[in-house]
Amino acid sequence: MGCFFEGLHCRECGASYPGGPTAVCSLCFGPLEVRYDYPAIARAVSRQQLEARPKTMWRYRELLPLEGAVTVGSEVGFTPLLRAQRLGQRLGLSDLWIKNDAVNHPTLSFKDRVVSVALSRALELGFSVVGCASTGNLANSVAAQAAAAGLESYILIPWDLEPGKIVGTLVYGTHLVAVRGSYDQVNRLSAEIADRHHWGFVNINLRPYYAEGSKTLGYEIAEQLGWRLPHHVVAPMAGGSLITKLAKAFGELETLGWVEAGAPRLHGAQPEGCAPIVNAVKAGRDFCQPVAKPLTLVKSLAIGNPADGPYAIAAIRDSGGDAENPSDAEVVAGIRWLAECEGIFAETAGGTVVAAAKRLAERGVLAGDQRVVLLITGNGLKTREVLEAECPPPRTIGPSLGEFEELLSEDRAVAS
Amino acid sequence: MPVSVRIPTPLRPLTGDRELVASCGSTVNEVLDDLEASWPGVKARICDAGGELRRFVNLYLNGEDIRFREGRATAVRDGDEISIIPAIAGG
Repeated sequence: MGCFFEGLHCRECGASYPGGPTAVCSLCFGPLEVRYDYPAIARAVSRQQLEARPKTMWRYRELLPLEGAVTVGSEVGFTPLLRAQRLGQRLGLSDLWIKNDAVNHPTLSFKDRVVSVALSRALELGFSVVGCASTGNLANSVAAQAAAAGLESYILIPWDLEPGKIVGTLVYGTHLVAVRGSYDQVNRLSAEIADRHHWGFVNINLRPYYAEGSKTLGYEIAEQLGWRLPHHVVAPMAGGSLITKLAKAFGELETLGWVEAGAPRLHGAQPEGCAPIVNAVKAGRDFCQPVAKPLTLVKSLAIGNPADGPYAIAAIRDSGGDAENPSDAEVVAGIRWLAECEGIFAETAGGTVVAAAKRLAERGVLAGDQRVVLLITGNGLKTREVLEAECPPPRTIGPSLGEFEELLSEDRAVAS
Repeated sequence: MPVSVRIPTPLRPLTGDRELVASCGSTVNEVLDDLEASWPGVKARICDAGGELRRFVNLYLNGEDIRFREGRATAVRDGDEISIIPAIAGG
């Protein structure tokens, strides 16, 4: 297999860098971005060849930044894209689809994609210790995939994370450190640690490689729709990287001639209590006002100072997209709607996307017959506590048919 | 008044590879000017032509983002620590 990745360049000033463990331009501090030789990729692989490959995200390996073959997470991705008719009826959208990364391998979130790329690249760069700052899903995935790769890992999280995400990280035998502070403070500390110890922090010094993994969501959506792009995609936003990389992915597919021109309108979703990117879009600003104290039950999106904020705003605006910031109550309702209509239990970020789509449909931004894809990026079993008030304990009866019939007749009476 | 400034890797070629340097001033901006006097070139990397902090640079005073204080006008005191940190991806 050839290598089509040509190193890094600064998104701000354009300076070029070799493909090392570095994420920041030393001239202007702009983020570094992976560059590829697209004409060579177009010559090397066709859609038909690619379709014959195993159904994982690595079928798009020419568009991912490794020098050799994938070594960590070779089974990640190619999650279901399903038609959501019942949810579509509720939202007034007749061509609604769900991209379901809540069942991604191995840790049930889209972070498995970015970590697979980052840790494969970490091995190529010779790291033996890896780590991350995380709001939970990334912690799960780094711990799991580092364990499988035999890498030591250090993971830093805010101390108020959901218990499910903590157990789901510790089980893999990582060094988990809870920090008394917000995610943004955890991030700052992690940057200092990565700098001092020369470890491979997936979202810090390995960030250019890590972030590229998100593109595979875009490729899969296109391929699963028969190499046609939808009219709209609604994505959750935390640091703003995912929506930026979706724009890159759809652009690359056009460049390669694998889809017709006409990229989707990209819409972003953040919870009301931490919506720096949505606030900027709504106010017509091209920069984010950081949120000092995020206040939301959607912890996976509670990043007050989004690193890719300006690029996320540009991706939304350039695609003709929009943004919404539903309340926590709407988020919980969104989780229930998705579960009751489609049988998919999403985490709070997924509820945020459903609730944002509802608002966008009500405003007429999403029109009735246009094709809309909602990104569900994490699994509800990790954030069960937000539904405890909604889901009281079950009614308990003795093991007697009589008691069951009594319960049933009560139900029937209520229904009629 | 001396404060310590934590220098990130991309700037260390300008500070003789020092991770921590001492600097003086009564505001963040004065500290940055003093830093520039000792280690020429540093301020231009952190701030744009108008003197504003570049959008992918975060400055923390004792762990707190100066954007939540008074920005570059934020007062500093003897023994404070300033960290210069590039923006970091989410997770």
